[in-house]
Amino acid sequence: MINLELIFPEIFLSLSIMFLLIIGVFKKESSRIIQNLSLIVLLVTAVITFNETIGIEKRYLFKESVVIDYLSSFMKIMTLLAAFIVLVISSNYLRTFKIFKIEYPILILSSVLGMMIMIGSNDLIVFYMGLELQSLALYVLATFNRDQLKSSEAGLKYFVLSALSSGLLLYGCSLIYGFTGSTNFNIISNQLSSEDYVLTFGIVFVLVGLAFKISAVPFHMWAPDVYEGSPTSVTLFFTIVPKIAALTVFIRFLYVPFLNLIDQWQMILVFLSIASMLFGAIAAIGQTNLKRLVAYSSIGHVGYALAGLATGSNEGIQSSVIYITIYILMNLGLFSCLLMMKRNNEYYEEIEDLSGLSKNHPLISISFLIILFSLAGIPPLAGFFAKFYIFKSVLEQSMYFLAIVGLLSTVIAAFYYLRIIKIIYFDKEKEKYDTDHSLWLKFSLTFSTLFILAYFIFPSQLIEFVSRINII
Amino acid sequence: MNFPILSFLILLPTVGSLFLFFTRSKKENNITTKYVALFTSLVNFFLSIYLWILFDNTTSDFQFVEDRIWIDGLVNYKVGIDGISILFVILTTFITPLCIISVNNSIKNRLSEFLIAILIMESFMIGVFCSLDLVVFYLFFEAGLIPMFLIIGIWGGSRRVYSAFKFFLFTLLGSVLMLVAIISIYWITGTTDVVQLYELGIDAKYQNLLWLAFFSSFAVKTPMWPVHTWLPDAHVEAPTAGSVLLAAILLKMAGYGFIRFSLGLFPIASEIFTPLIYTLSVVAIIFTSLIALMQEDMKKLIAYSSVAHMGFVTLGIFTIQQQGIEGSIIQMISHGLVSAALFLCVGVVYDRMHSRLIETYGGIVTIIPKYSILFMVFTLAALGLPGTSGFVGEFLILMGAFKDNFLVAVIASFGVIIGAAYMLWLYKRVIFGKLVNLDLKKMVDLNRSELFILSSLAIPTLFFGFYPEPLINTIEVSISDLIKVYNINIMNN
Repeated sequence: MINLELIFPEIFLSLSIMFLLIIGVFKKESSRIIQNLSLIVLLVTAVITFNETIGIEKRYLFKESVVIDYLSSFMKIMTLLAAFIVLVISSNYLRTFKIFKIEYPILILSSVLGMMIMIGSNDLIVFYMGLELQSLALYVLATFNRDQLKSSEAGLKYFVLSALSSGLLLYGCSLIYGFTGSTNFNIISNQLSSEDYVLTFGIVFVLVGLAFKISAVPFHMWAPDVYEGSPTSVTLFFTIVPKIAALTVFIRFLYVPFLNLIDQWQMILVFLSIASMLFGAIAAIGQTNLKRLVAYSSIGHVGYALAGLATGSNEGIQSSVIYITIYILMNLGLFSCLLMMKRNNEYYEEIEDLSGLSKNHPLISISFLIILFSLAGIPPLAGFFAKFYIFKSVLEQSMYFLAIVGLLSTVIAAFYYLRIIKIIYFDKEKEKYDTDHSLWLKFSLTFSTLFILAYFIFPSQLIEFVSRINII
Repeated sequence: MNFPILSFLILLPTVGSLFLFFTRSKKENNITTKYVALFTSLVNFFLSIYLWILFDNTTSDFQFVEDRIWIDGLVNYKVGIDGISILFVILTTFITPLCIISVNNSIKNRLSEFLIAILIMESFMIGVFCSLDLVVFYLFFEAGLIPMFLIIGIWGGSRRVYSAFKFFLFTLLGSVLMLVAIISIYWITGTTDVVQLYELGIDAKYQNLLWLAFFSSFAVKTPMWPVHTWLPDAHVEAPTAGSVLLAAILLKMAGYGFIRFSLGLFPIASEIFTPLIYTLSVVAIIFTSLIALMQEDMKKLIAYSSVAHMGFVTLGIFTIQQQGIEGSIIQMISHGLVSAALFLCVGVVYDRMHSRLIETYGGIVTIIPKYSILFMVFTLAALGLPGTSGFVGEFLILMGAFKDNFLVAVIASFGVIIGAAYMLWLYKRVIFGKLVNLDLKKMVDLNRSELFILSSLAIPTLFFGFYPEPLINTIEVSISDLIKVYNINIMNN
């Protein structure tokens, strides 16, 4: 018997998207209403997800091609809330560029729908469907400021490279199908014998595609250009929301069908992780544009999250989920600061523009300071604990090399975070920025800063949430 | 006693800094903010004195222990003190109010932010000396980087950015390996609680690597030769109060760490690596003393002398003799007082003449006599003249060293002579001699607050020089028990 209420959130979301599209077509000047309605839809979907699925045991739907368990519910709620905040703080930015249109919230909603399908997928085909839905929406979002050359370029680049990686991914899927006779994760896992070394090819191709989506080195090349070119609010969306979904798929793909082949893929993940951590840290040093710098820093952070996945243990998965949660909050704060750097209807995004910010805007600067130190992983801020959990699970498996390289790259990464702090605090001040920020922007900055600052007082709560994730 | 006195000591400065954060930073508020900061730190000081009175020095057990669940099933927030740590706590709470008084003349802009940084720093420093859990220790140890980085970077001299980065990155690089070691200890033994680890002991086959990881962190922080290069830069560029905190307390964290963790947790490895420490310490004593002789800049000279003095400290710790370790702790306390005072002395003339170069000065003994007297007290204490606390420390260390290794002790004794040379030469060139620079005539003698700060540093320096009994009584039992456990461990292996 099919239990439709378990995928009620997805159904609700897709119906709302169609409904909003119809309103948008028939009602003139409806962007404001649609924005507000989309916010409500996101919240309601989150509430439904929470109510329907949070407490239940693992359940399968549609011949085991969709899975509902604690991991999927947790990640779905996180995706929805993150999308909510992104949407709510981006409206002022869009208005400034006169691109406050109905398509924006609808595109965000559809990509969120795609991500929810990805998160719940237990089958290569379902997973691919979700992936393409979210990617198509993201291509358009990247070009959303279509009058700007950079934005169009970003979208096009993203589209071409992403299509390539999707091709590789599909090729991997077909290889896996060829050797196991099924696309379903559970069936693949049952059919698997550890002598099937040829399957490794399939795994590698799928991993390449996934690594591209999560922008892990060496498949990161698109990230800096796309992050720089896209409108800042879209960059914010790029840096946090798709990462949640891609990480979930990473977990499911590696741990459900291919856990027995861990010897084959563990090395790949360790390589991806080390390369991302080191490259993210070193390449960010020379950047002058804040959005580009964030791109490299997010490459580095993805490396840490992957280090948790490379361990092959439940603790590792949990530490990755904690890492990505804390990372999302830190990035949210960072981008709230970026969105506040506005003067006379113009947004500033060079690092030099931050010069002497602390004189004119002490509160923004102190938040910036806290967020940056936290990104660098300095105790007692939340970013330290994120890294602490990762390295705890990495060292449990005695992967000393990974841990030491990871920690050394935090030292390198600390350098470029310190450079921003230096510019904010030690350099001469420039003109003041506007202070008429929207309430939501202030709220998201305050919230993320306080979370980062106060995390060390109650570190157990987040672990408790995450400790119910049980994949193996 | 149920009152959580240690947590209170740790938290109070932070609470005070929150008050400062919410008062607007305006010129007319400067006095108020200063009084709030001073009041907080003084309350902390008296509280720590009260702690000393309550402290039972007949046992080596940890006292005033608080143990709360912090990260479920992983780390407990555990604090407590014994004879080794209590003196450092008092040193911290004693130096901080003096730093706050001293900002009068040197800090011109963003005073309240400066005070916030100092108070938060105090919280972290007390936390380091109290924590009885490795993770908690690491947390406080590293967290101190943030305020110190800002203190050097915002209020420092002309090359402040370079120095602040160097300080931050050097220390961080040393410390990350310690984090690997701490987590490894958790997986080897199942706990990071120091008291439990003392009882459980760590398997000998792991000890060497773990010891090296801890060493990498402490060696940078001490700082030992050859990773001492961040220290002169940081000292020279930091504002006076920052240099004082750095020299008086931050450097002591590493010495404390060596005693508490390296000796306590890894006795077998400590025995193996003693020659390494001896070599590095002796090189530091001789080499940096010679460098100090050649310095043109007063602050740099004192910074190098700090490296040399910390060389004595590490030497004393690894003699594993009662006298050696006692001497090291007294030397650390004494160096905390004396180097703080010397940096303040440099700060005094710098505020008036805006130069730290030795050649600027000369012949000022008749112009500022009070200053000259106090400066002489601290110069003599720094070179270890009998009757000052510096003598007690150095004497005990060398006594311990002679028992353990004759050659090392002889070489280290030469360091004492070079130390006397550079300190006396510094004093001669700054205070005596012919008055060449006529601008010096306009210098005014110490004002009330400066006089107060310097004399309150001079009194304990002289008092503990003549009568070190209270210090030795406090630390004696803890150290003898530490050595007993250490020797049992070595015998069993």
